[in-house]
Amino acid sequence: MVLNTQMNKTMLETQQLTCERNHRFLFQDLSISLNKGEVLQVDGANGAGKSTLLKILAGLYEDFEGEVMWQVEDYPLYIGHKVGVKDAMSARENLMWLADLQATEVSQGDIDSALAKVSLAGYEDVLCGEMSEGQRKRVNLARLFLLHNPVWILDEPFSAIDKEGVACITDRIKEHLSDAGTVILTSHQTVEFPNIQSLTLS
Amino acid sequence: MNILLATIRRDLLQHVRRPADIVNPLVFFLIVISLFPLGIGPSAGTFNEIAAGVIWVAVLLATLLSIDVMFKSDYEDGALEQMVLSKQPLILVVLGKLIAQWLVSGLLMTLMSPLFALMFFVSSDGILAIAMALLLGTPTMVLLGSIGAALTLGLKNGGVLIAILVLPLYIPVLILGTAMVDAAVGGSSYTGHMLWLGALLLVTIGLAPIATQASIRISLSQ
Repeated sequence: MVLNTQMNKTMLETQQLTCERNHRFLFQDLSISLNKGEVLQVDGANGAGKSTLLKILAGLYEDFEGEVMWQVEDYPLYIGHKVGVKDAMSARENLMWLADLQATEVSQGDIDSALAKVSLAGYEDVLCGEMSEGQRKRVNLARLFLLHNPVWILDEPFSAIDKEGVACITDRIKEHLSDAGTVILTSHQTVEFPNIQSLTLS
Repeated sequence: MNILLATIRRDLLQHVRRPADIVNPLVFFLIVISLFPLGIGPSAGTFNEIAAGVIWVAVLLATLLSIDVMFKSDYEDGALEQMVLSKQPLILVVLGKLIAQWLVSGLLMTLMSPLFALMFFVSSDGILAIAMALLLGTPTMVLLGSIGAALTLGLKNGGVLIAILVLPLYIPVLILGTAMVDAAVGGSSYTGHMLWLGALLLVTIGLAPIATQASIRISLSQ
C-alpha cells in the first residue's frame, strides 16, 4: 500500500489549459502538477481568472481547452464565493443536507462539534438567514471539519472571517495536508503552509 | 434513494418556511378563476362550456409562474453548485426538487379544482374528469417547465423566455386535458384521453429530468 501511494503521488495534472472569456485570454497553456499533501495557492489581480481556474479544476466550468486529470474520481470539496447555505434552514439542517450530498453519514453530534470548531456553538438551531455574513460563511467552512473529500478547492476561504477564524481554518488545512490531502486556494491574505506551490495569473 | 427523500424534505421545508414563492401562483390561480364568472355573467350554460378551458388555462399559467423560481434561489446562493459537485447523482436531486415542486403547485391546484368546477356548475362526471386530467397533466407541465427554468438560470429576466420555450410543449397537454373534460361532460368515454395524458407523463418522466440536469450544468458553466 505504501509503495502504491508513493507511486501515485500525483493528485492533479493539467495540460495546456487555456481559457478565453470576453475575447480575452485569462490564461494560456497552463500546466499544473500537484502532489498529495501539497497546496497550490493561486494569486493574481481581481479579474485575472483565479475563480474561473478554480471552477475549471472543480469541474463546474466547462468552457475551456486542454486537459484536467485528477487521480480521484469524486468531485472535490468546493467552497466558492457563493456561500451555498439556505437562509430558511438552520445551521444544523444545512450541514446535514450538505453531508447527504457528499454521501457522508454524519450524526448530529458530528455536526455540532464541527460547528463548535468554527465557533458557532449555540447557533445550531438558528436559521442561517438570521446570521451575519461571516457566520454564514463559517457554516459553510464547518464542512472542512465534517467531510472526508481528499481534495479541497477553496476560493477566498478567509474573506469575511475574523483573525481567530483564519488561524483555525489554517490549522485545519495543515492537518488535512499532513493526511496526504490536497488543497487549492486563492487568498489575498498571506498564509504560511508547508509544501506550497504558487501560481500567479496575470 | 436516500438523497431523493432528503431533497424532497429539504425543499418542502423551505416552501413551508418561505411560502411566498408558492402562495403567489396559487393566489393568481384563484383570482383568475373567480374573476371569470364575474366577467361573463350568471348563465349556467356558458359556464358549463368554458369551465374546463378556464381551469386548464389558469393551471397552466400558474405553473409557469411557479416554475420560474424553481432553481432561482439555489442558483443565486450557490446551493446548485454544491448539488452539481456532489457524490450523489444530480438526476436524483433534480427529481427530488421536481417532486417537491409538484406537491406544492400541481397537486394543490388539482385538489382545489373540484371546488372551482362546482362553481362553474360542472356535472359530477365532469368534476371527476377535471381532477383526473389535472392529476395526470400537472406533473407533465412541471417536468417540461423545469427544462426551461434550468436553461434560463443565468439570465436576469428569464420568465418570458421560459414561457416562449415551454408553452408550445404544453399545448398537447392542454388540448387533451380539456377534450377529456368535454367528453366526460358530454357523457362519452374518456379513457382514451386519459391514456394519452398518462403516456405523455411517462415520456416526460423519462426524458425531462435528464434534459434538466444537463441544462443546469450548462447554466452553471457560464
